[in-house]
Amino acid sequence: MTPQTARRANLAGGAITILTVVCAVIWAFPLYWGIVSSLKPEDEVVRPYIELWPDTLTFEHYVHALTATQIGRWYLNSIVTAVGTTVLTILTSIFCGYALSQLRFPLRRPLYWLILASFMVPTQVLIINHFVLVANMGLLNTWAGIILPQLIHPVIIIIYKQFFDQVPKEFREAAVMDNASEWRILFKVFVPMNWGVTTALSIVVFIWSWNAFLWPFLAATKTEWMTITVGITQVNDAFGIYYARELSLAVLAGLPVALAYLLFQRQVTRAITLSAGIKG
Amino acid sequence: MIRDAKKEWLIALTLIAPFAAIYGLVFVYPTIDMFLLSFTDAPLIGAGDYVGLENYTRLTSDRRFDTAVWNTAWFVVLSVIPGTFVALGIALAVSRLSGRLQTAVLALFFLPYILPVSVIYLIWDWTLNFQFGIAMHIFDALGIDRIPVFKSATWFIPAVALITVWWTCGFNVLLFLAGLRAIPQEIYEAAALDNAGRWKTFSRVTWPLLWPITALNFTIQLILQMKIFDQVYLFSQGGRPNDNLVMVYYIFQRAFQNNHGGRAAAVAVVLFFIVIVVSVLNFQLMRFAERKQ
Repeated sequence: MTPQTARRANLAGGAITILTVVCAVIWAFPLYWGIVSSLKPEDEVVRPYIELWPDTLTFEHYVHALTATQIGRWYLNSIVTAVGTTVLTILTSIFCGYALSQLRFPLRRPLYWLILASFMVPTQVLIINHFVLVANMGLLNTWAGIILPQLIHPVIIIIYKQFFDQVPKEFREAAVMDNASEWRILFKVFVPMNWGVTTALSIVVFIWSWNAFLWPFLAATKTEWMTITVGITQVNDAFGIYYARELSLAVLAGLPVALAYLLFQRQVTRAITLSAGIKG
Repeated sequence: MIRDAKKEWLIALTLIAPFAAIYGLVFVYPTIDMFLLSFTDAPLIGAGDYVGLENYTRLTSDRRFDTAVWNTAWFVVLSVIPGTFVALGIALAVSRLSGRLQTAVLALFFLPYILPVSVIYLIWDWTLNFQFGIAMHIFDALGIDRIPVFKSATWFIPAVALITVWWTCGFNVLLFLAGLRAIPQEIYEAAALDNAGRWKTFSRVTWPLLWPITALNFTIQLILQMKIFDQVYLFSQGGRPNDNLVMVYYIFQRAFQNNHGGRAAAVAVVLFFIVIVVSVLNFQLMRFAERKQ
């Protein structure tokens, strides 16, 4: 390359970089707009022109959300059901993934294929039967009822199987020589060696569950059993619509997952690419 | 190494049991139950009589079912194709950057994906609000007539598809970035030595090597968007739900609002088969593409 073309390429590169940054800012603008609007008084929100920063900064909508709605209760429901779903999914998947990866037993292959095949089945079509099942068990409007149908994440089992497959054979053989039980091998060797995967997968399953809408929406017929994702769409004020109030609820509902992502960006990225079948 | 086959079988059984129990209860049993229910005239909760294929034959002259099928197809077209290309563009742009700038820009593009659907709904319902939405101010400035987007039968599906692309694109960007990172740097160095320009490098090197990831992205979105419900339901509130029906929404409406468990199950079975057929076709296609490479 001659110096001249190199300089031109540099200039073009710089322009593309600036364009990318501008696009990224525009892309995220609706999020900013939602947050800013939630910090304006209701009369300022409906002004017929665009104000990028509030004239009067106010937290009154947040105070209202925290004191006058059931948001505290919804937070609790979300935390309990998301943590419950995460712990149960991860534990059962570790067990099953370990058996598939390390143990020899009849029907191992068919089980593996069955789990792979279930990737295809859309759980959304099962809502009617989930509802009937959970209603018959008397679990509508309970945490258990919200958790139960969310426990099917076959992909997590497959990911664990793949990671356990990669643990060198010598580790297991040495442990078996020492007469260690399978449980000991699993919890002292295989699980500690894969803490990274477990952290990443736990964060994503938590986010998936926090964000789940359809099932929690059906399973909670009373407001006090709604998760926050469902609850914030069910607030109807008696007189008119309060836009800023609604947006403050949105901010409060999105905050935990947004923070989880910003704090654990690398793990979230890794778990998401893993769940799509790409080894990261 | 000596293995005690019987002991191993027993341990395997204990390890698999918790998963198998849950899987049987909330997956296998409901699936079978769905098929059985679809041959009855049962309400949502309670028993019904066997009616044979009646629930299925009724679908052929069911206007709401027609709407649901076409809207779902239209939604899939409008979300999957733009979603794939927009994500590819973003991934190419982000992969050029490095260090903190890359992390920050990626975070801006990715953030919507991490948020719950109801937050997306509230934000866009506000942004596109007919009276006060910021988008309408922009429409005014550009001289475009204001549109009550979510109350218009024409604009509803395109608008929700566009919002869905904005919401979920971050996921596809991550996959593309992983794909781009997997392309060996030497190939680009060789292309640079040959004085290949930006476009030539992209069309001759990046695009062909990225093809498997593009196919994967396409497949995942296709199957995901056929099962669309949340956004369509939320944005339809106070609008025209019967014009905006998609498949899962129709199942929900039949079962939970009209109390027709049996008829809803028939729709569910139809969707079940559509998704399975598309998944299998996709899987075969990807295998074929991989073998060709």
